[in-house]
Parts: sequence; C-alpha cells; structure tokens
Amino acid sequence: MSDLKKVLTEPLFSANPIAVQILGICSALAVTTSLNVTLVMCLALTSVTACSNFGIALIRNHIPNNIRIIVQMIIIASLVIVVDQILKAYAYEVSKQLSVFVGLIITNCIVMGRAEAFAMKNGPVLSFFDGIGNGLGYSVVLVSVATVRELFGSGKLFGFEILPLIQDGGWYQSNGLLLLPPSAFFIIGGFIWILRTVKTEQVEAPDFKILPNTEHSGGH
Amino acid sequence: MSANNDSIQKTLTVAILLCLVCSVIVAGAAVGLRGKQNENKANDKKIAVLQAADLYVEGQPVADQFTQISTRIVNLEAGRFATDAELQEIRDAGLTVENFDQKKSSKTPALSRALSSEEDEASIKRLEKYAAVFIVGGSDHIEKIILPVHGYGLWSTLYGFLALEGDMDTIVGLGFYSHAETPGLGGEVDNPKWKALWVGKKVFNDQGNVAISVVKGGAEAGNPYQVDGLSGATLTSRGVSNLVRFWVGGKGFGELLNKLKGQGA
Repeated sequence: MSDLKKVLTEPLFSANPIAVQILGICSALAVTTSLNVTLVMCLALTSVTACSNFGIALIRNHIPNNIRIIVQMIIIASLVIVVDQILKAYAYEVSKQLSVFVGLIITNCIVMGRAEAFAMKNGPVLSFFDGIGNGLGYSVVLVSVATVRELFGSGKLFGFEILPLIQDGGWYQSNGLLLLPPSAFFIIGGFIWILRTVKTEQVEAPDFKILPNTEHSGGH
Repeated sequence: MSANNDSIQKTLTVAILLCLVCSVIVAGAAVGLRGKQNENKANDKKIAVLQAADLYVEGQPVADQFTQISTRIVNLEAGRFATDAELQEIRDAGLTVENFDQKKSSKTPALSRALSSEEDEASIKRLEKYAAVFIVGGSDHIEKIILPVHGYGLWSTLYGFLALEGDMDTIVGLGFYSHAETPGLGGEVDNPKWKALWVGKKVFNDQGNVAISVVKGGAEAGNPYQVDGLSGATLTSRGVSNLVRFWVGGKGFGELLNKLKGQGA
C-alpha cells in the first residue's frame, strides 16, 4: 500500500517528470494556450502512460531484450491511436485544436521513460499507478502553465472572461508573448525555480566551480 | 529466462502476437468509432455554413437547421449550375454529388487543373472544376448564397465559407472551419469581433470589379470595400484577403455571381 501511495504522489513534486526529470517539454509548450485543451491533453497523456505501463508490465517477462524498445513503441503507439480516435468521436472540437499533438504523445519522453524505467521492472498494478502518478505530475505543470498563459495572454480561464481586454472595452492589455510557445519556457523555468527553492534537495551540485577572483600582482 | 527470451523463435513469436493484438485493438477503435467521427465532421461543416449565413441557432439539431439550405454544384469555368452530364462526370470520378467533397476533387486530375503561379492568387495550386454552393431561398429567388473558399495563410490552408446576400454583392458573413494559423495571432480569424467587420461590406465596386480587401493599419471609416487587418498577423490577413478576392473573382465564382445578379434580386 505504501508503495502504491509513493508511486502516485512522488511524481507530483519530488520527482516531477517535467520539472525534475525535464521530460516531455515539447507538448508542454504547444498545448498550453488554453485550459480546456490542456486538460484534455493531460487526460490523454495520463491514460496512455497508465495503460501502456500496465500492458508492458504484463508482458515484461516475455519481451525479448533486443526488441524491447520496439515492443514498447508498438503498445504506446496503438494506445495513442485509440485515444485519438476516441477524441475525434466524442470531443471533436478539442481534438481539432489538439490536432497533431495527440499523435505526438507517441514520442513523449515521459511515456517511453516510464515504460523503460519502471514498467519493465515492476508488476502491472503498480506500473499502472506509476503511470497515473506521472501523468498527474505532467498535468500539474501543464495546468499551471496554461493558467498563466490563458489568464494573462487572453484574459480568460476556460474561455470565460476574467480580465476584460482593452480591445473589448475593458482595461487589460493582453500579453501577446504568452500566446506564443516560447513563453512556456519561462513559466516552466519559474516553476522549477520555485520548486527548488522549496525543496532544496533537488538543487543539483554544480558541474564545476568558478574560482574566486584573484588579484594579479605581476604585470602582463 | 532472459536467455530464452532472446532466441529467434521467441522474438518472432512475441513480435507477431503483439502486432496482431495491437492491430485488432487499433482497427476495432477506428472502425467502431468511424460513424460518430464522420457525423462530427459533416456536422462541423454544416455548422460553418449556417454560421457564415448568420442562421445558426445553438443547441438545436444541426440537421433540422440545415433543411432551409439547398446544395447546388457549380461549374466554375462556365459560371453556371452543373448540368446532369456534368454531375455524372463527378460520379464517374468516384465522388458523390450529395456530399460533394471539394477538397478531394481538387486532387482528382479529371476534376481539377493546375494553376500557373500568376493565376494562383490564393496559393491553392490546383483549381477544381466544380464547387458545391449552398443556397437559402428558392432557385428563382435567392436570399443568400454561401460560397466555399480556401487559400493559404501563413502556415496552413484556410478553409471556410463566404456568404453573400441575394444581391450577390453584400457580405453576410465569413468564417473558417479548418486552419492551423498561430493561436492568438492569425488564429484570430475565428474571433467573432473580427468576423463581424465583414458583415455588410461590398464585394464589387460600381464597375463590377472585385474591390473588397483586407488592409493593414486600419480601414477607412465608411469604406465599404475595406476590412481591418488583424494586428500581429499581416501574412494571415493578406492570405484571407487574397483568397476572398480569388474566389469572388473570374476564376472563382465571379461568373456565376454575375449571372445570378442579372437574373433577379
């Protein structure tokens, strides 16, 4: 039971896949302009990670070592196609906005990373919850990025007006940069900064040390 | 165990079994959900037609609302509605008339032609021979006509509808149902406030030439031929301007509009 709790909660902050392992940044930049779309993307990624972890853990003792990455990819890719088809059938509007990014879950490093690092070594049930935990860790970052981007970029949350824009007769001048993908870099950077200020054990030791300034006495 | 796993026989068995299981799952999902997906796609297009014509009522079944609209196939070159022989030509090419897929027809050699670069104002590369237009009102008295338009913006081809009043000149609405422009910048072509700028504008000037255009830096107040460009989206605005001008022009629906204008209204 404690194992289960650990795999579920640890990826939220202490071992967050985006903020600590720096995986899956690509989609974090692309799909965070509005909360609606972000939530669907998080849901899609979480279910793919959980189910692929489950499937891979189930057959982990039979996967030949030399084709294990291909086997993992096939399982992940099939699940992503299924998710994409479901979205097209039941959430057509959102799936139009997500367009290629659902398909790109296949290449999302979090899914592969968890399959290779966790599901290959653990049982199906535990792996399933590890997938959910990591999906939630991904969601925590994405939702916070999307909240900042949508609120300050277009003055809305979930499409409802919060800060009335000047264009619409309000007072808020929206920040256009926040609607462009690079802005997510700054926000994720800020997120990591805050996280490492609170959880100081995440701060990595510097790779090299800069020597203190020395006074030259000799002339050059 | 693991040495056993790596034998050629085991590797092949695992690979084949896994592929079979996965393909069944994928095929099952694709086939099982196809009906619902096609319905969504068809509905989406119908909603776009209704919205361009300013007829869409949210919350009511789309199919019911669409009954007031009739679909006609147009021969673009001749500028008239297609004859029975021409409808047969479409069927022979493997497309349906009832649910005419204009996108597909532009890729069918028999139903389209390549455009030279100076002709190709809207950057669409191939121009189809036939297009499906949507009409509100009877064929003797057209209240509104909705024209399919498409053209290249900054990143993507924008697909949408342009609706005109029965005078074949005044714009009722313009809307896009498919594009991949930058959200917040070029993507603002979907913004209702921007779309509202088109309403009431005139397409042709007094001499009957195409006069409508999107202008950068603010349209003159009261000028019926100018629409404000989107700020931060110069190239998308230019693309929209080009595609509207192209489709109401001589190579698009210009001939048809001219004829219908002469007939009545």
